[in-house]
Amino acid sequence: MSFKNIMENFSNYRKDAEMGGHHDYEHRWAMAIDLDVCTGCNACSTACYAENNLAVVGKEKFEKGQGMHWLRVERYWEDNDTREHPENGAMFLPMMCQQCGAATCEPVCPVAATYHTPDGLNAQVYNRCIGSRYCNNNCPFRVRYFNFWSYYESSWPEPLNMQLNPDLSVRDKGVMEKCTFCIQRIRVAKDLARREERKVIDGEFLTACAQACPTGAIVFGDTMNPESQVSKAWAKHQITRGPHTHTKPKDNPELRGYRIFAELNVDPSVMYLERVRETEV
Amino acid sequence: MSNSPHDKVLDENLKWTQINEDVIRSMQNPRKAYWISVAVCVSMFFCAILAEIYQYRMGMGTAGLNNPHMWDMYLATFVFWIGMSHAGTLLSAILHIIHAQWRKPIYRFAEAMTTFSLLTAGFFPMIHLGRIWNLYWVLPYVSDRGVWPNFRSPLSWDAFAISTYLSASALFLVIGMIPDMAVLRDHTKGWRAKVYGVLALGWRGDDRQWRNFRKTYMLMACFLIPLAVSVHSIVSSDFSMSINPGWHVTTFPPYFVAGALYSGCAAIMTLFVCLRYFFRMEDYMTLNIMEKTTKLTFAIAGVWNYLLFVEFASVWYGHSVYDKELLIAKATGDYAPVFWTMIFCSTVVPFTMAFQKLRRHMPTMFIVSLFLQLGMYTERWMIVAPTLAMSHNPHQWDILWAPVVQWAIVFGSFGWFGLLFLVFVKVFPSVSMYEVKELTLHQKEEFEEERRMREAGMFMPESATAPPLPGDEHKRPEDRVAGRPGMEGA
Repeated sequence: MSFKNIMENFSNYRKDAEMGGHHDYEHRWAMAIDLDVCTGCNACSTACYAENNLAVVGKEKFEKGQGMHWLRVERYWEDNDTREHPENGAMFLPMMCQQCGAATCEPVCPVAATYHTPDGLNAQVYNRCIGSRYCNNNCPFRVRYFNFWSYYESSWPEPLNMQLNPDLSVRDKGVMEKCTFCIQRIRVAKDLARREERKVIDGEFLTACAQACPTGAIVFGDTMNPESQVSKAWAKHQITRGPHTHTKPKDNPELRGYRIFAELNVDPSVMYLERVRETEV
Repeated sequence: MSNSPHDKVLDENLKWTQINEDVIRSMQNPRKAYWISVAVCVSMFFCAILAEIYQYRMGMGTAGLNNPHMWDMYLATFVFWIGMSHAGTLLSAILHIIHAQWRKPIYRFAEAMTTFSLLTAGFFPMIHLGRIWNLYWVLPYVSDRGVWPNFRSPLSWDAFAISTYLSASALFLVIGMIPDMAVLRDHTKGWRAKVYGVLALGWRGDDRQWRNFRKTYMLMACFLIPLAVSVHSIVSSDFSMSINPGWHVTTFPPYFVAGALYSGCAAIMTLFVCLRYFFRMEDYMTLNIMEKTTKLTFAIAGVWNYLLFVEFASVWYGHSVYDKELLIAKATGDYAPVFWTMIFCSTVVPFTMAFQKLRRHMPTMFIVSLFLQLGMYTERWMIVAPTLAMSHNPHQWDILWAPVVQWAIVFGSFGWFGLLFLVFVKVFPSVSMYEVKELTLHQKEEFEEERRMREAGMFMPESATAPPLPGDEHKRPEDRVAGRPGMEGA
């Protein structure tokens, strides 16, 4: 039975090896994040903590780099000595799992605990994970988070355990976890659509971060649906899927879209829009 | 085989009964230093047990790992131990196939070293797992859920490669001991006689048995060599198959294999000196053998250094900013002291082996071999840690120095290896008796032949043209042949 699986999926496997990524997608969930609108308020990160039962590890462990923030707002400053516009301050970049089409985390897991779903997501099967942590080592974005400790009792002491989202599990120590594009919400929306015998409507649901963003910097949707907001945003900035498309064209300042580490051919699902500085206009 | 006196590795006039007696004696009353070493090893191992219990209960956070540093010393140590196992195969299999006679008195403990360092190495991928109790999921067992391991992952290749290599080298060790087991069975009493009796597998030493034995041994040797090369190539693909700067290096497989032989030969030198002292094996582990081992190590050090240079050069002339930045950071950043320690220990120190006087001086070689191993350990660590510290995403750059739990487990692994090894050399003959007997016979025939040829005026000894050894200068070439240094012991 199992050998049959391997043989039947062999052609898919070849396609995957040659082109990168899974090819018979039902949906392709993607994002467009406008850094020009992002204020770095961390609402997305907080919403993620609430939605996805992320452990609050405490200051000490966080400083050690053992935090569990699936979505982190990275801050960058211009070099103090050379910066031309000190008034610019920090630059923000919300960084979460980019749900790569040709994800580097997937082939290295020894037990196939991370795999590519027909929705174009990199799913992490917590129950299958044995904690070799190779996936995060091979992730250029370093957006996978490992349960270095058991957080259940320290993070949600009673009655805080009542706040846990019942739609997904709490992960125990020794398991890798990461942003899922709120897969529990995707499941609910897909199930509902199937029951009502229709397609998933764009904007029917949002990820927690997109929902919480006060400035609407995060747009979430399905790029298989050409009418969706995110497809339009991608098209507007001339960013196409596929591993071999490269960074944004330099000549047109209107085209602000780019994908981080696109030059590594990982085909990320998140398009960022470059920030426009008043001083540059 | 040349007839040069350089090949006279031990005194050919050793009586066979004398060899039996010496080896059996070595298994009964070692020097006090042996027992001190055992005690040290046990206490080191105990440290590791405590650390591992703590880590198992609390989680991997106790090892101080964090987001960029998902692997650290555990993986470096894993590579180190796997590497050490290779020299045993080099001595027991490769040199067997090319008929290098001098390997015979020392290959047994080198082979044991292979098996035990693999046993030690095997612990590290397990120890560093977040959920060690699910370890067996890496193996392709038939499950009714139809779940298989990921055959694309180098970590699952590791599981196959290492388990194959471990079982093959353990089998090779046991097979190679059969004739010796029979000798021991006949010369010991009590539990020893029983154990050796079982392991001798009914060996009587008749013609047919010897023929089959030789065939099996040769077959296993041929089987083991490609296995050894493939194992470390696969271990290297844990790194080279990844996308990270500093890991994604095409030359890693040969580089790792060379590094493995290098650290392994250094380990053989260390153990050589120890055993020679512990068990008063001066007649068997002679200075000539040490000299040959050292020369071999020196040659391998050259190969390894060349490959290291190739790695640096290909990064330097390549176009990857990530790789180049990482290389510069290795040499000048926070990890620079470790980097320069590595360069000193594994590039500069080996030059001591170029001098014959030092090669024949046991305490110097002991210290040199420890330096080489330190160099090779830091080299493995310099592969693992700096890449994780400075990967693609600059937001996640972080410098990590391992806390005490990691150190304790790594430290304890040396204790565990030492303990296994010390128990082995006490219970089993660390010198292969039957091959030493073969060697004496072989040498006797050779010298006899040489003498006859010289009498007939047909033989010009190599040493007549070669430069004389220190202390030999005043002698005539003919005398140099007879009175070679090297057998005097000490």
